[in-house]
Amino acid sequence: MSTLLHRLAHARSGDKGNRLNIALICYRPEFFDSVAAQVTPARVAALFASREVGQVQRYDLPNLWAFNFVLDRALDGGVNASLGLDGHGKTLSFKLLTLSVTLPQPLQSLLPNP
Amino acid sequence: MPVTKVHIGCGAGFAGDRAGAALPVAQALAQQAQADGAPAFLMFETLAERTLALAQLDRRRDAEAGYSPGLVALLQPVLALCLRHKIRIISNFGAAHPQAAARRIRQMAAEMGFAQAKIAVVHGDDLSGRLTAAELAACEIDGQLLQGRHDTDIVAANAYLGARAIAQALDAGAEIVVTGRVADPSLALGPLVHAFGWRWDDWDRLAAGTLVGHLLECGPQVSGGYFVDPGFKDAVGLAEIGYPIAEVSPDGRAVITKPAGTGGVVDLRTVKEQMLYEIHDPAAYLTPDVVLDITAVQVEQVGPDRVAVSGARGHARPDRLKATVCFEAGWFGEAEISYAGPNATARARLAIEIVRTRMAQALPNLALRADLIGLVSSFGDSAGRDLTAATGESDDLRVRFAARHAEAAPVQRLLAEVEALYVAGPAGGGGVRRHLVPQLASASCLIARNLVVDGMELLP
Repeated sequence: MSTLLHRLAHARSGDKGNRLNIALICYRPEFFDSVAAQVTPARVAALFASREVGQVQRYDLPNLWAFNFVLDRALDGGVNASLGLDGHGKTLSFKLLTLSVTLPQPLQSLLPNP
Repeated sequence: MPVTKVHIGCGAGFAGDRAGAALPVAQALAQQAQADGAPAFLMFETLAERTLALAQLDRRRDAEAGYSPGLVALLQPVLALCLRHKIRIISNFGAAHPQAAARRIRQMAAEMGFAQAKIAVVHGDDLSGRLTAAELAACEIDGQLLQGRHDTDIVAANAYLGARAIAQALDAGAEIVVTGRVADPSLALGPLVHAFGWRWDDWDRLAAGTLVGHLLECGPQVSGGYFVDPGFKDAVGLAEIGYPIAEVSPDGRAVITKPAGTGGVVDLRTVKEQMLYEIHDPAAYLTPDVVLDITAVQVEQVGPDRVAVSGARGHARPDRLKATVCFEAGWFGEAEISYAGPNATARARLAIEIVRTRMAQALPNLALRADLIGLVSSFGDSAGRDLTAATGESDDLRVRFAARHAEAAPVQRLLAEVEALYVAGPAGGGGVRRHLVPQLASASCLIARNLVVDGMELLP
């Protein structure tokens, strides 16, 4: 069964210049491996492809049940240069959470908000 | 007697933060100090990247201006309480003119009956006039924004100082320490080094203190702000959210909490989100004081609204210091118009087409962006790919246009075209708003440490 990443994990965006980081944190440690296998840098780069992002790097932090995604050139130049409403990219953590992932059957009962 | 615990609160995470939010923090610190006698500090972080450039422009207009515009509003509610209870204040309120900030604080303190308050100023961050635009361009990182700029384009250039001068000021007895640009976490590390006597090459301790500062520096972002997602991540009392307090041990372990009776929440989720906020490589977060590695950090809920943080590791501080350079970068303008009701999406899209056609004729080289707020805006790209691809409909849309240019006139032309949609555009277009503002942009440089001489002085 496929489910929104939003139900498995929470996220927060931060910016430095034209670089965006999104911390993706699993609600439960049991979800970590499924997210690690499915939310790959390539998939995240594809999700943000319309922005012509550069390199997407993922850092894994299993002790925090978390991942840190760093997206180069994701912010249309950043707050200095962006023509967009959200030059900091603060809303973009929730774009990441629109990805779908599948969970093994035994873990599905752990999901909140059925 | 050696210090066994230090309390540090944070009263603001940006210059426009809530005045009065620091009061429950200061009250909690005062209560704690009375209970256990541990040293207490209150930090205010008020300098975003471009805030300092705005302050520099203020100082050009008025020789006694140039400090954080939030200073008086943020300090007024807590200054007397802090001075009375020996809660020492550390802040980068100084912005472009720490001396003037210190004089203003002295005046406030005197009016409250504390004319003898000891106030220190940290200096050394201001690089104005010390490096040319060309020299700054040569050490720019992550871009080439400074290429070809003239010295007169540069509004502000400031190095990020570390915690050392802050600790020295506290060692010298300062009750209030005013800085310009310092690394945000150093506002907390300075008091910790002062209180615990950590060595400047005890990298793991400096890393632990830096992590405490990083968790506190955005105020309520660690205690339930920038966090709640109803039904998924909840917290109560956000209208009266509590700003954070760290209880730090001599070995660098800390408990993050907030004042009793305030809103918000401190839990594993809030602490993890803030720990990774604006971090890139979690094994190498660079500050002037240390390279922080959070990959082995452990977090543990040790009570309601209490999270213990341990395991930060440190490596030798970087050889070079980061500096932020702000320069004048032309004009930015945006204009909006609304369409609602049946067929609103088609009318809104037609409005975009009309404006694009007219601008392509008048100013073909001006890059402009269009958004359909309510359909594609925040998530959309500036080239309009997402907007073109979107198939959805909405019956209440706001069309937004934006452009930038070195001169104001081309941007003004766009705004005029949007306003003309009132009479010449699709049916039922209303509520035009437009604004045009001069832009300050910022770039980052890495400079040699020997170009920066930091220090502090007590106000006589």
